Amino acid sequence: MRNYIIKRIAQSVLILFCVMFIIYALIRSLPSSFAETMAMQLAQAPGAKPYKEWLAQLNAAYGLDMDIIPGFFTWLSKAIVGNFGDSWKWNVPAVQKFQEVIGLSVIMGGISFVLSLIIAVPLGVLAATKQYSRADYVITAVALVGISLPTFFFATLLKLVFSVKLGWFDLYGLVGRDYAQLDAMGQLLDKANHLVLPIVTLVIVSIGGYMRYTRTNMLEVLNADYIRTARAKGLSERTVIYKHAFRNTLIPLVTIIGGSLPSLFSGALITETLFSIPGIGYISYQSMVAGDIPFTMFYLSFMAVLTLASNLLTDILYGVVDPRVRIS
Amino acid sequence: MSENTQNTTPNKEQYSLNDDRRVKVLSPGALVAKRFFRNRLAVVGLSMLVAMFIFSFIGGLVSPYGQDEQFYTYAEMSKEYVGVTRNDTLRFVVADGQDFGSIAQSKALNAFKKGETEFVYKDVAYTLDILSDDMYVVKKGGTILGYAARDLVNPADGAAALSFHAKLAGLTAMVNDETEFTADGETYQLDDGDVKLGGDTVAYISRLVVSAADPSIVVTRDFKERLEETLDADGVKFNYTDEAGNTAEYDIVYDASTKVWSVKQMTATYIYDRYAAPSKEHWLGTDTNGMDMLTRLMYGGRVSLIIGFIVVFMETALGVLFGGLSGYFGGWVDNVIMRVVDVFYCIPSMPVIIIIGAAMDAMHLDSWTRMIYLMLILGFLGWPSIARLVRGQILSLREQEFMMATEACGIKVRHRIFRHLIPNVIPQLIVVCTMGLGSTILTEATLSFLGLGVKYPFASWGNIINDVNNAYVMTNYLFIWIPAGICLLITVLGFNFVGDGLRDAFDPKMKR
Repeated sequence: MRNYIIKRIAQSVLILFCVMFIIYALIRSLPSSFAETMAMQLAQAPGAKPYKEWLAQLNAAYGLDMDIIPGFFTWLSKAIVGNFGDSWKWNVPAVQKFQEVIGLSVIMGGISFVLSLIIAVPLGVLAATKQYSRADYVITAVALVGISLPTFFFATLLKLVFSVKLGWFDLYGLVGRDYAQLDAMGQLLDKANHLVLPIVTLVIVSIGGYMRYTRTNMLEVLNADYIRTARAKGLSERTVIYKHAFRNTLIPLVTIIGGSLPSLFSGALITETLFSIPGIGYISYQSMVAGDIPFTMFYLSFMAVLTLASNLLTDILYGVVDPRVRIS
Repeated sequence: MSENTQNTTPNKEQYSLNDDRRVKVLSPGALVAKRFFRNRLAVVGLSMLVAMFIFSFIGGLVSPYGQDEQFYTYAEMSKEYVGVTRNDTLRFVVADGQDFGSIAQSKALNAFKKGETEFVYKDVAYTLDILSDDMYVVKKGGTILGYAARDLVNPADGAAALSFHAKLAGLTAMVNDETEFTADGETYQLDDGDVKLGGDTVAYISRLVVSAADPSIVVTRDFKERLEETLDADGVKFNYTDEAGNTAEYDIVYDASTKVWSVKQMTATYIYDRYAAPSKEHWLGTDTNGMDMLTRLMYGGRVSLIIGFIVVFMETALGVLFGGLSGYFGGWVDNVIMRVVDVFYCIPSMPVIIIIGAAMDAMHLDSWTRMIYLMLILGFLGWPSIARLVRGQILSLREQEFMMATEACGIKVRHRIFRHLIPNVIPQLIVVCTMGLGSTILTEATLSFLGLGVKYPFASWGNIINDVNNAYVMTNYLFIWIPAGICLLITVLGFNFVGDGLRDAFDPKMKR
C-alpha cells in the first residue's frame, strides 16, 4: 500500500510538471495584452518614458522577456517555494488573494455538497429498491433534468422568481447595501441570505449525478447473491435493504465522496460568476478575462493539483473501504 | 425463449426446437431496440430530440425570415419643433424713409410710460399718439415717423409683406375694433387678427413670436393659429394636420425661467424593432437587434447541435484511435498514451477555454473563425475520457477467445483492432457519445452565455440567453430568454434520456 501511494505520488508530480508546462506555454503564447495595455497607460502620463521602454521594463519585471522554456523554469523555481508572484489585477500576491477568497468558496461548496448528498442518497436508494416503479421514473427523470439543466439558465430563473418577483434575495453580490451598519450577527445573516440562491443552484445542479450513482450501485448490490440469501433467510425487507444492501452501496459512495472532497476548494466558477460571489471561482474568472498571468497560473496549477489529489484519494479509498480490493 | 413448449395442443403439428415458426428469433440489434422502446423515458427523450431536430433544421427552412434579418418599426419620438415666446415689449417699426434712431425710440418709450404726448430730443419736438396700452404712434410735425406695438403683423404664407402704412392702419383698426381699414388705396378686411384683401388673407396680427428649432421647419399660419388656441386654453397637447395631410401630435412645455413654450413634435422615426412583444409576425417577439426571435432560436439550435456533433465526433475519433492503440498493444505504448491522457485529464478545461476565449476577444477574431477554434478546443480537450473507456474495454476483450481466434487466423493487426475489437466497444461508445453530446451542448451554451463562445451574428442558445446580463431584459422580456433556455434543456435532456435508455438496452444483464 505504501509503495503504491509513493509510486502514485511520484507519477502525479510528473503529470503535474507536464500540465504546468502546457498551461504556461499556452498562456505565454497568447497575446499578452495586459502588459501592453499597462505600458500604453504608463507611457501616456506626462513626461513618461516612451511606450517601448515601458513595455520592455514591464516584460522584464514580469519575466515575459524570456523564452517560454527558461521562463517556465524561472516561474517553476519560484512557484515551488510558494511564490506565485503578484497578481496584476488585484495588486497583491496571488497567494494572498487566494487565501482571502478561498474560505467563502469552501463554505459554499461544503454546504451544497452536504445538502446534495442528504437529498440524493436516500432518493437514489429509493429509486433502486423500487426499480421501474413510478417513483423510480420520477427520480430518474429529476436526476437527468438536474444534470441537463444549464446552470446559468437555472440561476437566472431563480433570480427572476426569488429576487425580482418575490424580492426575497438580492440579485448580485455577497453583502447587502446596508451591510456596514449591521452588527456582527446581522452581517452573518446578510451573507447567509446572499448565499441561499447560489447554494440552491449548486445543489440542484449536482444532485442528479449523485442520485444516479447511488441508484446504479444500489441496483448492482441488490442483484447480488447475498441479497437473495438474506431474503431467503426470511429477513424483513427493511433489514435486507438498509443492513445488507445499503452498507455495501456505501463502498463506492464513500469512494467518490472522498474523491470529490478536493473539488470543494476549486470553487464554482460559473455559479459564483453568475451571482457575483467573490469566491475563488469568480475572482479567477475576472483574472482570466483580464489576462492576469500570475493569478491565472496559480489558479490553474491549483486546479491541477486538486484533480490529481482527488484521483489519488479515490484510488486509495477504494483499497481502504473495500477489503476485497487489493491495490498492487 | 418461448416457454409454451408444454402447452402446445396435441392436434398442432410438432415443430422442431429451433423452427422459425416456433421460436421468434431476434437479432441482437432488434433485442436492443425492443428493450429501448420499452423504456418510457427513452422514448420520451427520443421524441424530444426528434422535435428539436425538426425545429432547428427544418424550422430554419420554413421560417420566412433569415437568421440575421433585422426588422424595423416606426416609433414615436419627441423632437424639438418650434419655440414660442409671447411678445411683451413694444416693438418699434420705423416708417419707410424716415430716420428715428434707437435713442429717440427709448425717449419715446419713456414719454409713453409717463403718459406724456410730447417729448423733445435734440431740440426737435415729437408728438406721441397713444392709441392704447399696447400701441402708440410717433409723429414729427404731422408726419408719421413710426409706431410701437406689442402686436406683430406677420405676412401670411406666400404673401408679400404689408407696407408700413398698411401695418399701421391695420393695427390701428385692431385697437379700435374696426373690421375694415384702407391703406395705399386698398380696402382691407380685418377678421380676428387676419388681414384680408379681397377674400385672401395677406397678413395676420399676433403677439406670439414663433421661431423654428431647425431651418427646415416652415411654420405655417394655420399651425400658429392652432398653437395660439392651445396656448390660450392652457393646453399642453394638440394635433395638427399640415397641407400634405400628415397629422402629428405636438407637446407644449413651458419653461417659466425663460418664458418660452417649447413645442415638441411627436414624429414617427424608423428604428430597429427591438424587444418587440410576441405578435402574429414574430411569434416570440424580436431581440435586441430587431431580429425575429423564433428564427434565431431555430438557427441557434442548428449551431448548438452541429457544434455538439462535430466536437463529439472529434473526441470519439481521437479517443478510439488512442484508446484502441493503447489497449491493444499494452506495454510502453499503453504507458505513454495513458500518461498523456492523465495530463489531459488534469488540465482544467473550463478555465483554459475561458482564457482562450478571452484571448480570442483580444485578437478580434471574426465569429466564424472563433466558432471553428471553439470546436477544435472542445474536441481536443474532451478525448481522454473516451480513450480511457476504449482502452479499458479492449484490455478485457483482447483476453477473450475470439481474439485468440483472430490471431490464429492471421488477420492483420489493423483489422484485428478496428474490425474485431472496436465493434465490441461500440455499445458503450454510443452511450458515452450520446451523453457527451448533451454535455458538449451545455458547455458551448455556457461559454456563449459568458460571451466567450459563439458570437453575433451567429445565434446560439447560449448567446441568446446572454441578454439577461441586462437586468431589465431579464425581468421584462421573458420571451427573449425563457424559450432559449427551454430549448436547451429539452435538447440536453433528450440526449441524456436516450443515452440512459441505450445504456439499459445494451446491458444484457438488464431483465425487464
